[in-house]
Amino acid sequence: MSLYFDHNATTPVAPEALETMASCLGEAYGNASSIHRFGQAAKQRMEAARRRLASLIGCQPSNLVFTSGGTEAGNMAVLGAVRAAPGPARHVITSVIEHPAVLGPCRQLEREGVAVTRLPVGPDGILDPGNVRRALRPETVLISIMHANNELGTIQPIADIARIARAAGVTLHVDGVQALGKIPVDVEALGVDLYSVSAHKLYAPKGVGALYVRKGTAIAPIAYGGHHERGRRPGTENVPGIAAFGAAAALAARILDSESERVAALRDALEDAILKCVPDSGVNGSRAHRTPNTSNMYFDGVDGEAMTIALDLRGFAVSTGAACSSGAIAPSHVLTGIGLPAARARSSMRFSLGRSNTAEQVDALVEAVVAAVAHLRRISVHA
Amino acid sequence: MPDLPIAVAMSGGVDSSTVAALLVRQGRSVIGLTMQLWNRRRLPGFATEGPTGRCCSLDDVYDARRVAEQIGIPYYVVNFEREFEDRVVKPFVADYLAGRTPIPCTLCNNFIKFDRFLEMADAAGARQIATGHYARIRFDEPSGRWQLLRGVDVSKDQTYFLFGLTQPQLARALFPLGGLAKPEVRELARSMGLAVAEKDDSQEICFVPNGGYAAFLDAYLKESGVPAAPTRGEIVATDGRTLGSHEGVHRFTVGQRRGLGVATGEPLYVIATDPLTRRVTVGGAAELLRARFHARDVNWISIAALDAPMRAQVKIRNKHAAAPAALLPAAEANRVEVVFDAPQRAVTPGQAAVFYDGPVVLGGGWIE
Repeated sequence: MSLYFDHNATTPVAPEALETMASCLGEAYGNASSIHRFGQAAKQRMEAARRRLASLIGCQPSNLVFTSGGTEAGNMAVLGAVRAAPGPARHVITSVIEHPAVLGPCRQLEREGVAVTRLPVGPDGILDPGNVRRALRPETVLISIMHANNELGTIQPIADIARIARAAGVTLHVDGVQALGKIPVDVEALGVDLYSVSAHKLYAPKGVGALYVRKGTAIAPIAYGGHHERGRRPGTENVPGIAAFGAAAALAARILDSESERVAALRDALEDAILKCVPDSGVNGSRAHRTPNTSNMYFDGVDGEAMTIALDLRGFAVSTGAACSSGAIAPSHVLTGIGLPAARARSSMRFSLGRSNTAEQVDALVEAVVAAVAHLRRISVHA
Repeated sequence: MPDLPIAVAMSGGVDSSTVAALLVRQGRSVIGLTMQLWNRRRLPGFATEGPTGRCCSLDDVYDARRVAEQIGIPYYVVNFEREFEDRVVKPFVADYLAGRTPIPCTLCNNFIKFDRFLEMADAAGARQIATGHYARIRFDEPSGRWQLLRGVDVSKDQTYFLFGLTQPQLARALFPLGGLAKPEVRELARSMGLAVAEKDDSQEICFVPNGGYAAFLDAYLKESGVPAAPTRGEIVATDGRTLGSHEGVHRFTVGQRRGLGVATGEPLYVIATDPLTRRVTVGGAAELLRARFHARDVNWISIAALDAPMRAQVKIRNKHAAAPAALLPAAEANRVEVVFDAPQRAVTPGQAAVFYDGPVVLGGGWIE
């Protein structure tokens, strides 16, 4: 028995996406740039996928650039927007709880002489839009804020930030990787300029992502080659992956409302049961403003890494935080970013639910967590 | 009891891989754990994956994971970098700066491999842990104590680094290779088809590649933001004559012969280092000999305490052949005076003195 509660790390591929992908690999295998029918068939699949994804996030299909994933989309947005801006003295505003896909390119821009402001967030894991306004400088060229946080699930006030950015004439990039498919996303209503998404968080395969680029937003390319994706992203398109992304987007659009409600109820039941049964435990970040599937909890005196292993051996896949930062020496920058002391950050676990999870599975997880915490607290001499 | 899993500390080398495979072959339930202890890409200039001292390289984790997959056991990498730095690296650096020659492997055994690792094993539901150490453990009925014995392969014996193990630690540890010689272990690894069967042995101190202690210390102190204390000083003879100067007192260890930069007729050795005066005292081979010294923080294994003088063989370096000596109780608890029958070369503060009764480890302590 192995039960999966780590959907913010990645998701299983939905049957619809898998079927689409297989048919692309087997039949529509042409190069989408080719003139012949094979190429046209591939191109049709890709453009159908573009329309489906555009429909899910409320944009025109022509505004979407397919990439190799969320990290490439984030790099393209951050590096591309800043490098396209005129003038040497430039400034970027972001937050301390961003994903490395944004923090990494920001760090690189710093090395290249760009100033970067990393705004703090409150203990609830939410950014005060007023801080964005106060951080603006005449030379600010980009604001990059995530829609939903990967570790906490907390949702940032993007519409408010977008108004501030628009008024200041500054480009706004939103990392929407953890929001897509979990909460309704309408990039035009939100008023963002750039929005990055990833397929494998949406029950589609790894290795595919996309960047929404509002018409008129200047971004410089970060890679050079062919004229694919309207000259914005060179390289033969990953048609099977893109087609699967499209199928997953169509499925998500269909079930988002009902699934959000169902998963939120399971997540809340999980938290309530754990809070009731486990002393010295609690929820990190806001319980109100977050994605419906994500729960981040601390268990004082318990080593999160040990707990992850103990739960895995009992058949439950959970995580201590971002999959990318597991095994790192420093505690999560998100958890310390909301003011948690290092010890409590190290005693924190992330449960991220998804479509396959049921009430029975949640009951079993609660039982396993209660037993594992009790066991670990009994043997632990290091808090 | 046999149904409870055993946690094997898998380094990715041939020894611990063979341990895991042997236990699986015996029908035991095994969980593989690799301890991530040090980030080799952390200090500038130490990022290369050299052929020796490959601790915690990505290649080692790859190898351990591959063996675990091959023998079909659950496998995890656990991160003890924070504990390793606090309990092993920092004392190692402090010891060097204080003019001692530390043995980080012993600290690592005491505080990481047989402490944090035991906790992680507990977390995974394992009561026992197994490692690839060349040493033996047995329970002695008459004394009611767990004993630590030299590995059968004397050239590989690792008891010198294990003298700090406590009775509760020994009670939960298994050393399946203690009765085997290294060639036999390789042969076993080959016969079980392990991918690491031909892998080179690891060398020296795992986090210091190629024995470059001084460069490691400099890089670590620089990263820590510790202002470099002046370390240059004089090289003097035992009679006080100044023979020359040196670039850093922490670059010298008792018994060292190379790198003195002083030319005299007879071979010169470091006799003592003093971090306060930054003076390095050198002399001839005869001046390196010492007949007695004190050991502090002694841990007893096969006996509960030293109540009366006792005969033993005492080893003062890993490569030292244990020499006959008398152990004399000192006034302070956990302190012992060692009196060799014949004076020994290079009794070095900071190194361990381990006391043997034949193959049995009586205990050991740190040379003052």
